[in-house]
Amino acid sequence: MKNLHMKKYTRTNLLTYLGVIAAFVVMNMLSASGSLSRSLTGQLVPICCYMSMAVSLNLTVGILGELSLGHAGFMSVGAFSGIVAAMSLQSAIPSAPLRLVIAMAVGAAAAALAGLVVGTPVLRLRGDYLAIVTLAFGEIIKELVNCLLVGYDSKGLHVLFNLSGNKSVADLGLEPGGLAIIKGAQGATGTATIATFTAGFVLVLVTLFVVLNLKHSRAGRAIMALRDNAIAAESVGLNITKYKMMAFVTSAALAGAAGALYGLNFSSLQATKFNFNTSILVLVFVVLGGLGNIWGSLIAAAALTVLPELLRAFSDYRMLVYAVVLILVMLTTNNPTLKSFFGRFKPGKSHGKEAA
Amino acid sequence: MEFLSYLISGVSLGSVYAIIALGYTMVYGIAKMLNFAHGDIIMVGGYISFCAMSYLGLPGWLATLLAMAVCTVLGIVIEGLAYKPLRSAPSLAVLITAIGVSYFLQNSALLIWKAAPKVYQPVVSGSLTLFGGQLSVPYASVLTMAACLVIMAALTLFISKSKMGKAMRACSEDKGAAQLMGINVNATISTTFAIGSALAAVAGVLLCTSYPTLQPTTGSMPGIKAFTAAVFGGIGSIPGAFLGGLLLGVIEAMAKAYISTNLANSIVFAVLIVVLLVKPAGLLGKYVPEKV
Repeated sequence: MKNLHMKKYTRTNLLTYLGVIAAFVVMNMLSASGSLSRSLTGQLVPICCYMSMAVSLNLTVGILGELSLGHAGFMSVGAFSGIVAAMSLQSAIPSAPLRLVIAMAVGAAAAALAGLVVGTPVLRLRGDYLAIVTLAFGEIIKELVNCLLVGYDSKGLHVLFNLSGNKSVADLGLEPGGLAIIKGAQGATGTATIATFTAGFVLVLVTLFVVLNLKHSRAGRAIMALRDNAIAAESVGLNITKYKMMAFVTSAALAGAAGALYGLNFSSLQATKFNFNTSILVLVFVVLGGLGNIWGSLIAAAALTVLPELLRAFSDYRMLVYAVVLILVMLTTNNPTLKSFFGRFKPGKSHGKEAA
Repeated sequence: MEFLSYLISGVSLGSVYAIIALGYTMVYGIAKMLNFAHGDIIMVGGYISFCAMSYLGLPGWLATLLAMAVCTVLGIVIEGLAYKPLRSAPSLAVLITAIGVSYFLQNSALLIWKAAPKVYQPVVSGSLTLFGGQLSVPYASVLTMAACLVIMAALTLFISKSKMGKAMRACSEDKGAAQLMGINVNATISTTFAIGSALAAVAGVLLCTSYPTLQPTTGSMPGIKAFTAAVFGGIGSIPGAFLGGLLLGVIEAMAKAYISTNLANSIVFAVLIVVLLVKPAGLLGKYVPEKV
C-alpha cells in the first residue's frame, strides 16, 4: 500500500464509504439475530433518511456556505410526490423495489424543481436574509400540502386545492374503485410502506457519492471558492449564479429522494411533520458534525436520532437532557478557553494555543 | 365596518408582533445573532403571569410586572451562561446554542406546567362599542396598541438620548472601538438582552390576553412571525421592526378574512419573499454593499 500515493481526501472518502458499509452489515447482522430493540429497528430507515438529509444540507450550509432553514420543505415535496408516484403506480408496477426507486426518482425530480423555483430569486440574497426566505419557503410548502387533495383512478390523477377549507375527498370526483392518496390536513394515509433498510443504505451511498464527487470536482472547488470570497471568485471568471444553483438544486434533489423514502416508511404522514423544527433538527446534525465535514454529518445524524431513544431511562426528562447535551457540546467545541483545555488531552497537539 | 374591524384586529396582532420583533432586532443589532429562544421567553412570560393571576390572585398589572422581572433575570442568565462564552465563535454555533436554549425552555415548561393547555384569564375584558353598536373593539386590542406605541416611543427615546442607549449604538457599530472608548461591551449586551426579554414578557401577557390558551409551544409561531417581521422591516432597525410587525399583522388578518384561513401564513411569507427580492435589506434596513 505504501507506493499507492492516495490524496488525503481520497483516503477519507474511502474510509467514509467503508464505515457506512460496515455499519450496514453490522446493523443487518444485529437485526437478523434479533438483538435490536423494536424501537431501534423502526428507526433504521428514518436514520438513513436523516443521514442523507444531513449530508445534502451540508452541501448547502457547509460547502456553499449559505444558511438554509427550510430543508424540510424539500423533504416534504419529495415525500408527498414520491407517495403519489408510488401509490398511483401500484397496479402498473407490481414490483415494490422498482416502485420505490421510481418514487425516489420522482421525489428527487420534484424537489429539484422546487429548488430551482426557490433558488432562482433567493440566491441573490445574502446571509440571514437567505435564511429567512428558506424558512418562509418551508412554511409555505407545509400549508400548501395541508390544502392538497390528490386521488387516483383509471382516468389518472385528480388534484384539488382546498383553499376555502370546506372541500373534502368526495369533491375529487373519483370513480368507485379510485384511491384517495393525500387527504388535505389528514395528510397521506393508507400508504403502502415499501421502504426498506437496504434502500436507505443505497440512498446514503448515492448521496455520499454525489456530494463527495461534487465537492472534489472542478465545480465543487468553484463552489467553495465563492463561499470563501464571492468577489474574488467572480473576478477570476466564475459564474456565481450557476455554481450556487448547482449546489442548491443538488442539495434539494437529494433531500427530495430522502423525503420519498421517509414518506414510504410510514402508512400515515402529515405535512406538519416537515415543519421548521425538522429543518432545525437537520441543521443541528450538520453543525454538530462539523460544517463541510461529510462523515461528521453522518455520525451526528445517527447519534442524535438514537440519543432520544437511549435517553428513555430519563423518561420525561429526556428532551431536557437532549437540550442540555446540545448546549454543552456547542460550548465545549466553540469556547476558546474550554477548547484549549480539552486540546491538552489530544495526543500530538500539546498545550493547544501555546503551541500554535 | 367589517373591513375596519378586520383592520383593528390586524393592527392589534401586528402590535404584539412589533413588540416581539423589537427584542429580536435589538439583540441582532448588537450581538449579531438570531436569538431563536426569544419566542420561548414570551411563553415563559405568559406562564408566569398566568400563575401570578390564577394561583396568587394578583391583579393584572402586578402579574405583568412580575413576569417582566422574571423574564429579565432569565434573559440575563441565558445570555451569561449560553451566549457569552461564544462571543468569538462562528455565528452558526451561536444559532445552534440558541436552538438548544429554546428546546430547554420548552421542555422545562412542559415538565413544570404539563402539556394540557391552560385557559388564560385575560388582563382586560369587554369591548368598546363605537358607531352606535356597529363596531366593537375589544379592550384587549386597545391595550395592545397603546402598549406598543408607548414601548416604541420609550425605546426610541432610550436609544437616542440615554447614555446606555448611546453605548448600545456604539457597540452595534463597532465593538472594538466601543471598548476602547471605555464602554463595557459585555454589560451593554446583557442590558440589551434584559430589555428584549422584558419586552417579550409584555408581549406574552398581551398575546395571551387576545388568544387565551397557553401551551409550552405558544411562543414558537409568534416568535418565527416576529423574526419575519424584523427582517421584513430591516433587521437591526428599530422603526423597521415596528413597521414590519404592524404590516405583518395587518396582512395576516386581511388574508384570513378575505382570501383563505388555511393559507394566511403562506400569504404572509410570500409577501415577505417579494419584499426581500425588491428591497434585499428589508423596508427600512441599510443596504451595506460588500467592499473589496
